[in-house]
Formats: sequence, structure tokens, C-alpha cells
Amino acid sequence: MAPDLPAGVERRRFDGNERLATRGEPVYGEPTDGEWRAWDIRRSKLGAMLDRGMETGLTGGETVLYLGAAAGTTVSHVADFAGPTYAVEFAARPVRDLLGVAQPRSNLFVLLKDARKPETYAHVVEPVDVVVQDVATRGQARVASANRRFLTEDGRLLAVVKARSEDVTADPAEVFEAFQSQLQGYEVLETQRLDPLHDDHLAVVARPE
Amino acid sequence: MNEETESGSGWFRGIDPGDRSEARRAIEDGTADAPAAWPANAIESGFVENEREYYDTLHEVTATVARAQVREREGTDAQRVIHCVRAMDDVERVANELAERVSAWAGTSFDDPGTGVEYAREIAAETPGRDDDLRGAMDSRLGSLAARVRALDEEGQALRETIERATPELAPNVSMLAGPVLAARLIALAGGLEALAKQPSGTVQVLGAEDALFAHLSGRGSSPKHGVIYVHEYVSGTAPEHRGAAARVLAGKLAIAARIDHYSGDRRPELQDELDERIARIRGRGD
Repeated sequence: MAPDLPAGVERRRFDGNERLATRGEPVYGEPTDGEWRAWDIRRSKLGAMLDRGMETGLTGGETVLYLGAAAGTTVSHVADFAGPTYAVEFAARPVRDLLGVAQPRSNLFVLLKDARKPETYAHVVEPVDVVVQDVATRGQARVASANRRFLTEDGRLLAVVKARSEDVTADPAEVFEAFQSQLQGYEVLETQRLDPLHDDHLAVVARPE
Repeated sequence: MNEETESGSGWFRGIDPGDRSEARRAIEDGTADAPAAWPANAIESGFVENEREYYDTLHEVTATVARAQVREREGTDAQRVIHCVRAMDDVERVANELAERVSAWAGTSFDDPGTGVEYAREIAAETPGRDDDLRGAMDSRLGSLAARVRALDEEGQALRETIERATPELAPNVSMLAGPVLAARLIALAGGLEALAKQPSGTVQVLGAEDALFAHLSGRGSSPKHGVIYVHEYVSGTAPEHRGAAARVLAGKLAIAARIDHYSGDRRPELQDELDERIARIRGRGD
């Protein structure tokens, strides 16, 4: 049986289709129904993970460090159901949009920082229950290992590995294998490929060892 | 106010709670090896009264810092685009000068020399490099010079392609209305995106026509109707008697687009529709 959705995330009907939804200010033109807004799982890998019933360990209200927040599509939903949410993004351009997303969400903290250098934000980010990682850079396993220090003992890493960010020419399956073998300090609990919603992406749930 | 407490190296350590600029600097430049229970530490150390106040302060300060950093980064990106567009102009100018030389020189060997960069490319492809006699050595230098023109021309195109990719990232709305290269020229003439965003539309209209404008201001000549925006099809492709109106409308929309690009950064496709409509109306006027 699929695990329960986190509190604050529900399946609701929009235009006749049942979709994931959270409560908050709309961000990217998604359909709304009262306070609820649809969570587009085609645009959000974490949304796809929840939709697929992966054991994310998310229950709602937890503290989250989100690496690779980009323009804030996914992190906006996370901040809707989670507690304090720290959003790290290194590219300046999407941070402008991210600031708009954070404005009505008082629990969302925007940090224009490099996820490969956790020491540049460890003076701001508190220990968290969940690290979500969705970074488009090489060395994704190193990023996850470097950010392990933020996780509480029973915390979860929810990582999405982009095969093309590591090596456009390599076979995605090999990239995914390499990621798991290079991932230090974690025990991998579950993996799932997100095709066809997100081609050449592997979702990984892990906990600190 | 903070003694050596568990506040360790949290961003708020040693900071006056009322001093936002200190707080911003701490968020931006501070470091720590590991996280800690910062909210609790901030309360213990007296930085804030309670958790609510801590998160509210953090929300405000992180947003302010990120906004300032984005601005700063934008300044650097704009400087790069400006160098790119100036380099493209330099390269094209030098390529044309050298192509003239190639053409004049080729006239001594060929009956019907062509002109321009295209002709230099032909010479580069055709002229054999034989250095064994003086004549051969001369032809070989001519061929080599023509090859430099070709290389410069290719560099100019590569610069153009780079501008076409970089400018929409920096200024999506100005690029949408003006095209990326003209957008880059406007940013270069103003001295940056922020500077462009601060120009009134009348100034945007005559950017690049400074000589004519100052001649007009000192009593010589009429006021210029347009500067570099002349190259936009909506100006150059409009009948001369309506060109001033078209330039004014285009400049007005560009000034708005520059402000959106600088201050908010979101894309506003409706600006294009509004511009199209206004220009269609101007062109539809009888004379």
C-alpha cells in the first residue's frame, strides 16, 4: 500500500482530473480551487515521487533544506506543507522568481549560495528533517554527501539525479549506479526512475548512516 | 552582547538586533562548519524574543540579501554583454577595413576584384600559398591576410550568437521587443541595465544619436527623431512621416520593458502585443 501523503498535501479534482494539491498562493499558473492549488507533477520531480507513492518520510510540518530551488516551482509546494524551508539556489536569474515565491511564504528562506559549499550557509540553516536535492551540476553525489551534515539522525535525503547533468553522453543507468556508489554516509532506502514524466532522472530516498 | 555561548557561529552572533546591514553582511559572508539549533540559540542569546520573531527576521533579511546579490550579479552580466556587443562592433569594423585592403591588393593580380568581407573569403579560399618566388610570396601574404578577415568575420558571428543567447537572460522583455542585439546596444549605450531602466523614454528614443542631439541643443539642426532604435523594423520600416511617432512608441515600450527587466524580471508577453497594435495604428494613419 502506498504511504500516506504528508499533511497539507491532498489529492483533489481539478477540471475533472485528480491531482496532488497544496494550500498556498499560486505560483506558475497552476489551476486552483479555493485555497488549494494543483501540484504539477510534470514540472516537479518531488511531486512525481509523492504521486508514485515513494516512501519519502514526509509527514508535513518538517524542517527542510532544499538544494537547487531554481525559480521555486517545487519549493513553493514544499513550503506550503512543511515548516521552516531553506531554499538554496546558485543561479541569480531564477532567484528573482524565487523571491516572488518566498514573499507570501514567511517560512521560506531564500539563500543565493552554492550547494557544493555548505559551510557558506551552515551559519543560517538549522538541522533539518529532510534534504531535497535537485541540482543541475556535475558531482551530484558529492553535493549530497557534503550536505549530510544538515540532516538529523532520522532525517531523509530525497535526491533527484539528473543523468544529463553528470555526463550527456553516458548511459543514464551507469550514471545512476555511479551516483549510488559515490554517495557517502547514506543508506539508500528506495530508488525509482521517473520516466516518462521526467526522462533520465532517478529519484533516491536515503537516510544518514 | 553575546558572550561565548552556544550561539557558536550562527549568523546573528554579535549582531545588534536592530542593525539590518550588519545582519545582511553576516548572512552573505558568514560561514560555519556545521549547522546548529540556531533559532533556539538566537532566543537564548537574546537576539530575538521567540521563534516567530526569529523566523520573521530571517525571512526578511535573507530576502533582502538575495535581492541585492541578484542585482549585483546582474551588473556583472550586463558588463559582459556590453563587452560582447562592443567587441562584435570592433571585429566587424576591423574585418571591413582589412577586406578593403584585400580588395585593393587583389586588383593588382586579378582583373575583376570584388569587394567586402565576402570577397576576402573567396580570396582566402583560392589564393595558393607558394613562397618560392617574390610574386608567390606576395600572393601568399594576400591569401593569409584574407584568411584573417575570414577569421574575424567568423568571430563576429560567434559574438553575435553569444549576444543572442546572453541578452534575453539578462533582459528578457527588452530583448523580446528590440531583438537581442539591439537590446544589447541599448544596454551598452545606457551603461548597464539599471542605467537603462532609469532613463526616461525620450532618452531611450535618442540613445546613439548623441551627436545630433547635442548639435540640436546648441542650436544647430533639428532634434533627432531616433537613435540606434532606427535599426528596428518598426522604425526603419515605417513611412518617414510617421517614423517619429513609431520611434516614440517603441522607445516608450522599451523603457517600460527595461524597468520590468531590472526591477522584477518576469516576462510580459503582452508588451509585445501592445507594441504591435500601436505600430499598426500609426502605420494605418492617413497622411
